[in-house]
Amino acid sequence: MDFRKLKKNLKKDVAQFPSYRAALLGDSATQMLNQAIRGYAIGEGLHLDVFEADYDQIERQVYDSESELYQSAPQFVIIFQSAQKLMAKFHKLPKEKQAAFADDHLANLRQLWDVMNRRISCTIINFNFVEVDDGVFGNFATKTSYSFLYQLRKINFELMNLAGEYRNVFINDVSAMHNRIGSNTAFDTRMYVSAKMVFGIDFLPHVAKGCVDIIKAATGKIKKCLILDLDNTTWGGVIGDDGMEKIQIGDLGVGRAFTELQSWAKQLKDRGIVLAICSKNTEHIAKEPFEKHPDMVLRLDDIGVFVANWENKADNIKHIQSILNIGFDSMVFIDDNPFERNLVRQMLPDVTVPELPEDPAEYMPFLRSLNLFETTAFSQEDGKRTSQYQAEAKRRAHQQAFSSLDEYLKKLEMLSLVKHFDEFHLPRIAQLIQRSNQFNLRTIRHSEQDIQQIMAGNDFLDLYFTLEDRFGEHGLISVVILKKGESPENAFIDTWIMSCRVLKRGMEDFALNKIVERAAKAGYKKLIGEYLQTPKNGIVKDHYQELGFKAVNGHWELDIDAYQTRPTFIEEKSE
Amino acid sequence: MTFEETLSQVNDIFIDVLDDEDVKLKYETTASDVEDWDSLTHIELVVAIEKHFNIKFTAGEIQGFANVGEMCDSIAGRVNGN
Repeated sequence: MDFRKLKKNLKKDVAQFPSYRAALLGDSATQMLNQAIRGYAIGEGLHLDVFEADYDQIERQVYDSESELYQSAPQFVIIFQSAQKLMAKFHKLPKEKQAAFADDHLANLRQLWDVMNRRISCTIINFNFVEVDDGVFGNFATKTSYSFLYQLRKINFELMNLAGEYRNVFINDVSAMHNRIGSNTAFDTRMYVSAKMVFGIDFLPHVAKGCVDIIKAATGKIKKCLILDLDNTTWGGVIGDDGMEKIQIGDLGVGRAFTELQSWAKQLKDRGIVLAICSKNTEHIAKEPFEKHPDMVLRLDDIGVFVANWENKADNIKHIQSILNIGFDSMVFIDDNPFERNLVRQMLPDVTVPELPEDPAEYMPFLRSLNLFETTAFSQEDGKRTSQYQAEAKRRAHQQAFSSLDEYLKKLEMLSLVKHFDEFHLPRIAQLIQRSNQFNLRTIRHSEQDIQQIMAGNDFLDLYFTLEDRFGEHGLISVVILKKGESPENAFIDTWIMSCRVLKRGMEDFALNKIVERAAKAGYKKLIGEYLQTPKNGIVKDHYQELGFKAVNGHWELDIDAYQTRPTFIEEKSE
Repeated sequence: MTFEETLSQVNDIFIDVLDDEDVKLKYETTASDVEDWDSLTHIELVVAIEKHFNIKFTAGEIQGFANVGEMCDSIAGRVNGN
């Protein structure tokens, strides 16, 4: 990934790509950074229409309500302040003011974000600072608040707390990139001196990747599942040949490398990424280390779907996908074997298949550098996901014991809580709106701020639904937003989303019963539905038709007074 | 390394970086003679030349080359070690 390649991307045809407006504000020369960001985005299948402010205009663009920044109506605002400029500012201050430098800087930044948030609805990507020392205090800089290094590090640390207060602010961690890649690449002082360009040309692609990773995650392009091969990927050696005692894990051989990979996978699982195993092995032999090996970090409990057989891996990944009901583009497949990797790439081009280094010792540094699992939210519910999928597997086994689906659904004892949006559930609601691709009638990606406005507005009726059954909780699985139509008696279904985990249980019938009930109470006479086709939402193509809506001029209508409550096995849960 | 050899290799780098097969550099060529050779591509050219010849210019040189010839003289001087 070098700058020239990114620049060549700029010549590609982007007509078919999803397009977003972004603004780039910097306190140093940003032309090449701009090229790098746009070029990197194109490599990832995104078109960014970037407004680039003139050099060192951050404050003017933000505070002037008539500025080009606001005229460009950006969905993303990228703010890049450099450590070099920061140092110059610090050096201009009298000594007594230097100890308060970080606090002042952070207060200014807060004001900057607040002003922008009052004027436009956007996602802000703010860079942190590369940690450079000004060479004034030596190592003593680490223990006096009068040093530049102390103040810079304080800013970087407090920036994390500050960003945590804003749901629409994300930090592009250039400090971490600098640590990983090194100062010699990150900076080219000669370019700074001669062209006011802070970052070296070979560092720009990394910085661009940071921005684009955030943009991708914020627009719902995230990974949800990590699929691992076993032999020489999850442990060293071949379990079928070497036996459980001889596989390398922990202190045996190069086992440490595999332990690290397992720890990473386990942490991802606790964060809500579903782990799956896809291995050419005999199932009971493959499972043995997960059950009995004392040094294994991963246990069977951690694995959402375990597939070990002698079928081809592309078919097995299709099988995993069908159980998890997520897009192939949200899956990452890790395998040490180039043949398997290529097969999966050929058969399932949407699956991300990293070109793993040959030496297992290199696995983790390489995988970390790819930043595969960028996210824009974390809710406590995420950590429960694996157990939800495991419960799903149990439900499937249970289902086979019943002669009819109805009988099965009845015995599930399903309960659903139906509530208006609230602050506590906002992150999960926003997450569902950002991530759901399949059961999503219009795929309107409301941001958290939009949702807050919807909650506050009188023209909206918002509902969320949870679902639980005798096998466990699914959590918050469906979101509906009704909007007052052009005729005030009509409620337009702006958003209807459901998690695919709960398909085929009559949840949509139950939801419609509740929508009609609440809409009637609010005085509406008609529901207006619309289906906007995307490459992924084919499963709800006939949604409104199946629910008894009538087709009228390209949309769907349902008469509320004439509505017949639909049969369902789900009971509304009272708190 | 002779001046002509240096110029020829620099010419190839220009073609590659500017993505323009028609670039034909001479001693007197300046930025205004070459389409797309601006202050930004200048940085790319400098970095590419430095990598190719495994040398480093000073900040003053990067700003101050009057023409391609001076640049090639500087490259050849560094490569030949004088």
